[in-house]
Amino acid sequence: MKLSNHQVEVGVFVVLLGIMTLAGFAAARWRRPAGSIHNLEEWGVGGRAFGNWVTWFLLGGSMYSAYTFVAVPAYTYGIGAVGFFAIPFAIICAPIAYLFSCRIWSVSHARGYVTNAEFARDRYGSRTLGLFVALTGIVATVPYISVQLVSLQALFKTLGVQGDWPLLVALGLMSITTFRSGLRAPALLSIAKDVLLVWVVLSAVLVVAMSGGWGAAFDLSAARFKLTPSPADGLILGADGQLGYLTLIIGSALSIFAYPHALTAILAAKDRATIKRNTAALPIYALALALMAMLGFFAISEGVVPLGSNFAKGVTGDLNTITPELFHALFPAWSAGIAYAAIAVAALIPAAVMAISAANLFTRSIYREYIRPNASPREEANVSRWTSLLVKFGAAALLLLINPGFSTELQLLAGALVVQIIPAVFIGLISPWFHRWALIVGMLAGLGASLYMLYNTPQLSATGKVVVAHFGGSNWPLSKFGLDTHSTVYAGLLALVLNFAIVIVLTMVLRLFSLGVGADRTHPDDYYADADDPLLERLDDLLDGLPRQPHGAHERHEEPVAPHGYR
Amino acid sequence: MHWLLIIPIGMPLLVPLYNRIDPKIAGIPFFYWYQMATALVAIVVMTFLYQVTKDRD
Repeated sequence: MKLSNHQVEVGVFVVLLGIMTLAGFAAARWRRPAGSIHNLEEWGVGGRAFGNWVTWFLLGGSMYSAYTFVAVPAYTYGIGAVGFFAIPFAIICAPIAYLFSCRIWSVSHARGYVTNAEFARDRYGSRTLGLFVALTGIVATVPYISVQLVSLQALFKTLGVQGDWPLLVALGLMSITTFRSGLRAPALLSIAKDVLLVWVVLSAVLVVAMSGGWGAAFDLSAARFKLTPSPADGLILGADGQLGYLTLIIGSALSIFAYPHALTAILAAKDRATIKRNTAALPIYALALALMAMLGFFAISEGVVPLGSNFAKGVTGDLNTITPELFHALFPAWSAGIAYAAIAVAALIPAAVMAISAANLFTRSIYREYIRPNASPREEANVSRWTSLLVKFGAAALLLLINPGFSTELQLLAGALVVQIIPAVFIGLISPWFHRWALIVGMLAGLGASLYMLYNTPQLSATGKVVVAHFGGSNWPLSKFGLDTHSTVYAGLLALVLNFAIVIVLTMVLRLFSLGVGADRTHPDDYYADADDPLLERLDDLLDGLPRQPHGAHERHEEPVAPHGYR
Repeated sequence: MHWLLIIPIGMPLLVPLYNRIDPKIAGIPFFYWYQMATALVAIVVMTFLYQVTKDRD
């Protein structure tokens, strides 16, 4: 009996995914410390013990998700140059992370934080601020997980599997491994994923080289973009598109420093040097992403069309199926199966890390803060376990309930929301000057402004007709402010400007009258603390008056946690 | 020394300067290979910075 290409693809895919699941399940035993793993430092941030290689893979695995590998080529396929924004965005993240990640790692290490909400709470002495940061983080993370599942859905569509069950099965398997192994599972899997990914990128480059090279791909794409009536597409940006591109880069880069999941990967590193070495090498992923993005043009030149498309009738179909369709058309079946497995794991890893981060936010800033202040470390880990399940299946439910055409906008919405916590969690790393009340008011105003602008952004067809009335894009036309221009600006960034303006003015007023200034509970030395730093223990003795926070991965096993000093 | 990071942060933001087709390399328009070159520059600058400053931290 000879297997059809399709059967080979599905077979390779299922076998690889099965192996990955077993590996994730076994990950609980991987690099396990002598003590118990039933606490949040172990489950939630891998015991803060990941070295160079693991950190590198985990960072890449959680930031460069399937969404980027599926949606970015879909973007360049659909509109050309604008879709490339993901590459400069990925690049500038690295130097910014190089500058600031060590500070958040050190203060979290010294104070035992696993989330940015705990940092905001202590830095500004406000539980309410911590609560708002945590809630915003959770609310933004759920749709971002849905976006990962969108890629998985597109993949199953290409494989020809009908219904929602494969998505739920894949998610279920990944959830069980995460439930058991915590952050160790996605960390181990991201190594396997990157091996597959290197394979995919190399074979893609080889295929391009063998079938006409990049020159032909770009020339044919240019010809097609010329035929479309839309002024927004093309191989370079239109005159009105440049400002939008620039603000999309800046806004997306900022949102990376606000999303809880990128921080989780940083906090899992074992010391400051590991973080610096890793951020220095991070742009290598941007190169891989650039090659994937250019595959969108290659798909155009090869005449690959998205599933369900009917260009004669003007139906675009599901653009997210472009990447899987391209592999299907150009790779040998077994190799396409490998590529599919890489995409599927690349969707499930960030989903797992994001669910862990959202769960940690809930446990540390809501559960321990407001519900059970004396929760034991074991109880914390268990609450996070169950919350992570809830978050993942909440994201799946969100995806299955909403209109599928709406799903790509989820990511824009999530980014525009989460970026509003930047004044608290990012500027807070540099200075505690901002006032806690000002931060809360500014954040609420920013969230409101983001929602308002995105709600009122329609999606236009190439001919300028309204296709979707609300949440149709993330760029806000400046002409709405009465400016005589066609330029647009990323809505999340505009709302952030408003947010900052309010925070700065209110802080000046409140500080002028010395109203309710919060106490900074972190110490300047915390921001330079390193692993095995003798200074850490000494500081704890010195600061006897302050509530003693557990610190370091191995410092808190089963002893009850002392309550904070806020109540 | 950390002022060097202005290079990898600034280069991708110069959109009007790199928003052009020519010169091409291996058929790839300037817009695309410039941004990929930026990634390489970023790696070099940060690795250099790390090597130079690691003993001082």
